[in-house]
Amino acid sequence: MIAYILRRIGMILLTMLLASVIIFSITQLLPGDVAHVILGQFATPEAVANLREQLGLNRPIVVQYLSWLSNFASGDWGVSMASHLPVYPMVMERLRNSAMLAAVSLVFYVPLGILLGVIAALKEDGFADQAISAISMAFAGLPEFVTGLILIGVLAIAFKILPANSSIKPDASFQEVFPYLILPAITVSLTSLGYIARMTRSSTIDVLRADYTRAAELKGLPRGQVLVKHVLRNALLPTVTVVAMGIGWLIGGLIVTESVFGYPGIGRLLVYSIQRRDLITIQAISMLIVAIYSISNLGADIVYGLLNPRIRLGG
Amino acid sequence: MTADKASVLNVKDLWVSYATESGPMDIVRNVSLAIRPGEIYGLVGESGSGKTTLARALVRYLPRNGSITKGSISLGGTDLLSLPSNELRKVWGARITMVHQDPARAINPAIPVGEQIAEMARVHLGMSNSQARQKALEMLAKVQLPDPESVAGRYPHQLSGGMLQRILIATALTTNPQFLIMDEPTTALDVTTEAVILDLVRDLLREYQTAVLYITHNLGVVARICERVGVMYAGEIMEEGSIQQVFKQNFHPYTLGLLGCVPRINKDKSDIDLHTIPGYIPRPNALPSGCIFAPRCPLVEEACRQSRPDLIDAGDGHMSACLRWPEVVNIQPQSAKHARSERDASLQEAPLLLDARNIKKQFKLKRSGLANLFSWKSDTVQAVDNISIRVRKGATMGIVGESGCGKTTFARCIAGFETATSGDIILDGESLPPAIAKRSKAALKNIQLVFQNPDASLNPQHRVGESVGRPLALLGNVSQREIERRVRELFEAVNLPADYVNRLPHELSGGEKQRVAIARAFAANPALMILDEPISSLDVSVQAALMNLLAELQRANGTSYLFISHDLAAIRHLSDWIAVVYLGRVWEIGSAEDVFAPPYHPYTEALLSAIPIPDPDARQERIRLPGSVPSAVHIPVGCRFHPRCPRKLGPICETEEPPWQNVNRFHSICCHIPLEELTRLQAPSSAENEKERP
Repeated sequence: MIAYILRRIGMILLTMLLASVIIFSITQLLPGDVAHVILGQFATPEAVANLREQLGLNRPIVVQYLSWLSNFASGDWGVSMASHLPVYPMVMERLRNSAMLAAVSLVFYVPLGILLGVIAALKEDGFADQAISAISMAFAGLPEFVTGLILIGVLAIAFKILPANSSIKPDASFQEVFPYLILPAITVSLTSLGYIARMTRSSTIDVLRADYTRAAELKGLPRGQVLVKHVLRNALLPTVTVVAMGIGWLIGGLIVTESVFGYPGIGRLLVYSIQRRDLITIQAISMLIVAIYSISNLGADIVYGLLNPRIRLGG
Repeated sequence: MTADKASVLNVKDLWVSYATESGPMDIVRNVSLAIRPGEIYGLVGESGSGKTTLARALVRYLPRNGSITKGSISLGGTDLLSLPSNELRKVWGARITMVHQDPARAINPAIPVGEQIAEMARVHLGMSNSQARQKALEMLAKVQLPDPESVAGRYPHQLSGGMLQRILIATALTTNPQFLIMDEPTTALDVTTEAVILDLVRDLLREYQTAVLYITHNLGVVARICERVGVMYAGEIMEEGSIQQVFKQNFHPYTLGLLGCVPRINKDKSDIDLHTIPGYIPRPNALPSGCIFAPRCPLVEEACRQSRPDLIDAGDGHMSACLRWPEVVNIQPQSAKHARSERDASLQEAPLLLDARNIKKQFKLKRSGLANLFSWKSDTVQAVDNISIRVRKGATMGIVGESGCGKTTFARCIAGFETATSGDIILDGESLPPAIAKRSKAALKNIQLVFQNPDASLNPQHRVGESVGRPLALLGNVSQREIERRVRELFEAVNLPADYVNRLPHELSGGEKQRVAIARAFAANPALMILDEPISSLDVSVQAALMNLLAELQRANGTSYLFISHDLAAIRHLSDWIAVVYLGRVWEIGSAEDVFAPPYHPYTEALLSAIPIPDPDARQERIRLPGSVPSAVHIPVGCRFHPRCPRKLGPICETEEPPWQNVNRFHSICCHIPLEELTRLQAPSSAENEKERP
């Protein structure tokens, strides 16, 4: 197992190396160079030349790339071209915020999605099943800014239960932040709920039809025991994978939701950096997102393996 | 049959109906059963006979669209049909249990097997966790599993099919139920494992005094373990009686037909044509108005078509639903129409067609990425290890062995679907490259295959006439009209109506599809036909017709067959030569008569003694193999068969590979035991004292 994980980590490092080449070359391909971007279009050629010298932009590209990569690996992510603050602490703070939102969202939608999926499976083709798929598909299809705005309109403005704006103080504790997380978390959950519910529904239906489920029923076990012990243990395996793989998206991909609520997460920082052409920060965030996706994929595989005795104990 | 005070289970006039798109269909009609404690009642029938539906109706576990429309079911005085569903749940598992067909699928893959027994004990016997655990161990010991402690903690994928079936039996007996339903419990198992399980079932049920309904399609199994038998056809019981009554003096033409369909190990294609039952089982919504068997019956007369005969007592509790039951005994089996002696002599001297020498095939076991999480060594499987086989022109070489012995891999190497790791394949004097891509068109044409599952080998989108015409178009430049003419000929040769050429595969029955596959294989006019379990997935009556057809086509075309099967009786029936394969090697090879007569290789001997014979008076030695076939990854040293060999000599078997000994010019055995010794040990007289049935 350890050998396998080490090998997978090796693969992740390889992926990141490849990604770093792509990310670095994209910034090279953009029109105008960094010095121009920083100084603006009216800068004197001398100022530009000075800055190029200062930033090391006159060195060969390979040298630039290697020095960028080694700095990145050692935690020196450079200084933001927009805010002139060090990138590393800034991104890490946003990462913390994104992780909090991801955690709250998961706690919302995973149990609910599973519950809906199981109910739909038990009432296969019945009214409840069709209602659940219709509603969850509708939400999955609606863009997040629509659901987000509706939620703000209803829960924040009309009923004033929750804050409409989720811009939080950088050093706020989780307890303080929690109320601000609820609306964005619901928005995210409504999008993902349908996916989890459908996944759970289809695997539960398969397991309900399996011979071993019929055998368990005919053993005269109480219905609840058949469902929880015999059915769900097998039916939730694919769902676990889907959930774990969703973590990457929850942390790095909530660009729209974070923007609607003004929530200071990674996604919003990325949009902001793109608007400011803050190449240094864009590079750092891109690398971080690649890492998060790779790691959550590995996590998904490990959890699946641990839960599935066929894989855990070999065949 | 009449409400019997002594019976635990009493079923009266049961009707089961399914709601379908074309209206309600009565799948089971007018069935009455009475089973006493300790009695094993065999219910036999072909697919579509309603036997599984009946079983599910008895426990009131029908699919959503199924319902019991008439009749009564009483279990030890409890009227099951009037029980509310929460009460029914208390009957399930406690008073009625079930052993299901495919043990690998009937046991939950995510729960250790011990716990799956223990939960029965907790729920129904009110035991504590530790008591239930103890009970589970006790039950595992009861079904003779070695080391119950360690087995209890294992998951299903870590156990063999035979072990899993023991676990299902242990589970079913945990609560000492009044009534046990076994639905084809040994169908998924190899013949040697089946024999061991059947012995176990018989002994255990005698001890537990449970009433058992044993559902199977296999008449041999019924003859071996049941006391009474009911023969079901198209939803009704046609004949019922003791084993002796039904097998020895049967009173229904359907039963007679079924018994005649089964090939016997002491007869072959030159002795008898297998009996066949013409036509098909009627659909439940298109039943004949009179006797439901009338359209297929050799004894049919006008009265049979007028009204449906009742199941009546023909004496001593022997029930028959035939108007003309006293005449059934007069129907004689068909004997073969061709002289056997000339045939035999000519075949033994016929020139060689295929000479496959020292074929080996290794596979690297690849694991999927995830499996590497927990172990990542790769194993090599020696699927075929040095098999040499010759096939003479116009003759059939049968290769028999249990699942995983390498027989199919060998056949695929000959066909070129697998590239043999080493060895020579010589067809009609020409050496063939092992890889199919390098073979000449003529070589491809000369070897054709028929697979087990015609569904997988016929393109569902193509009309079957096209499928048959395809090899003609591909392998020779023939005009379209010529192709059509040949296709019609081929359809005629395999006894399919000419208008079938325009049908799609799904419009055909399983047996018809297999006929199409055979027609397609013959289209290329091959010299060698590889038949890989061509009849195994079909009903016995369909099997019989196909075996007759294959024998007839061989006679007409002079084609050589390489016939692969696990079914010894089918092998015996069709083959002139037989090779017995175990763990990738041949252990005995010779003419069919020689291989099926002593001296045998001990493995052949065990196979023959395991095979269920549909004759209650058949005398078989009781030789049972312990354990299961070892995996081809860890092949035992010395003689590969030694860990299971009932006649093991001693240490020499564990260290040295056995030598080939020639019994006669055509018959060889690979064993350490000298031939004289084998002959002495296996002489028929020694079977007398060990004979199986009292």
